[in-house]
Amino acid sequence: MVLETVLLVAAVLLGIGVWGALSQQSFVMLMMGIELMVNGAILAAGGLWAYAGGGAPKGQVLVIIAMAVMAIEMAIGFALVVAVYRARQADMTEGIASMKG
Amino acid sequence: MTGVDVAFWVFALAAVWSGYRVFRTDSMVRASFLLLASFLNVGAILVLLLAEYLGTALLFMMTVEMVVMALFMVMFMMNPAGLNPMEMVHQPRLAAVAGVVTTAGLGLVAVVVDFPDAPVDPAAETIRALGTELLGGSMLVFESAGVTLLATMVCAVILSAARGRYGDGTAGSVAPPLEPGGDHRPEDDLVGDGGGGHHHHGGH
Repeated sequence: MVLETVLLVAAVLLGIGVWGALSQQSFVMLMMGIELMVNGAILAAGGLWAYAGGGAPKGQVLVIIAMAVMAIEMAIGFALVVAVYRARQADMTEGIASMKG
Repeated sequence: MTGVDVAFWVFALAAVWSGYRVFRTDSMVRASFLLLASFLNVGAILVLLLAEYLGTALLFMMTVEMVVMALFMVMFMMNPAGLNPMEMVHQPRLAAVAGVVTTAGLGLVAVVVDFPDAPVDPAAETIRALGTELLGGSMLVFESAGVTLLATMVCAVILSAARGRYGDGTAGSVAPPLEPGGDHRPEDDLVGDGGGGHHHHGGH
């Protein structure tokens, strides 16, 4: 386990997230792709903290911010899906091709 | 190859494999639990990297979050149990190319860039240092995250609520009767839909 391998695993996770977020039609599956991207980012930040940051506490704070971002994204995403579903009965991206109310 | 290396590769392969399976399974509930597995394995890698607090926090946070996600799938989505084969994708080729390019680009950065060699001291009290940092130098960051989460809760409730403060969605724009128990007068309404039939009438 060296920094390069940790970063490579993080890059693969992020790439899978990009693939999922771009290819999935369901809103929630799309959000899962974004979650997976943040997952990779967290791993990369953790690896850099452990191997290149000398264990500076601020590096861990960065990871905590990434976790907060993930929680916020999930909460607002779910709320938006509920709102869209209520207004349009849509749970797929194609269901709201136009943003018109 | 030490035990830590073996554990790292096990966790890393499990994280990548379950992350990939998220978008390859028919069941949306199973997809959320596969995503949870990916997160748990990354949390375990963080523990191996001596960020014990972050790894454990990720474990607890993601367990709750993914259970919420699984419940959400059951409530809203079609085919949550995967009883029928499901293929709900668009632009699959573009997405695959974008994913591969992202991985290749970031992987290239990981291999080529010469990062500083400053490993964390295994004897260092990293959790204590993190606590001191969060309630010391980075307190503003920490507090801002807390306030942002509070604002997120308010926004989520507002966005997902079926009813507004004064009743249904148009209630704030509907004129109340002039006298208690009086008749509703559509001509006073601020919404100009010709007195749509769904407005509530006053006089309870």
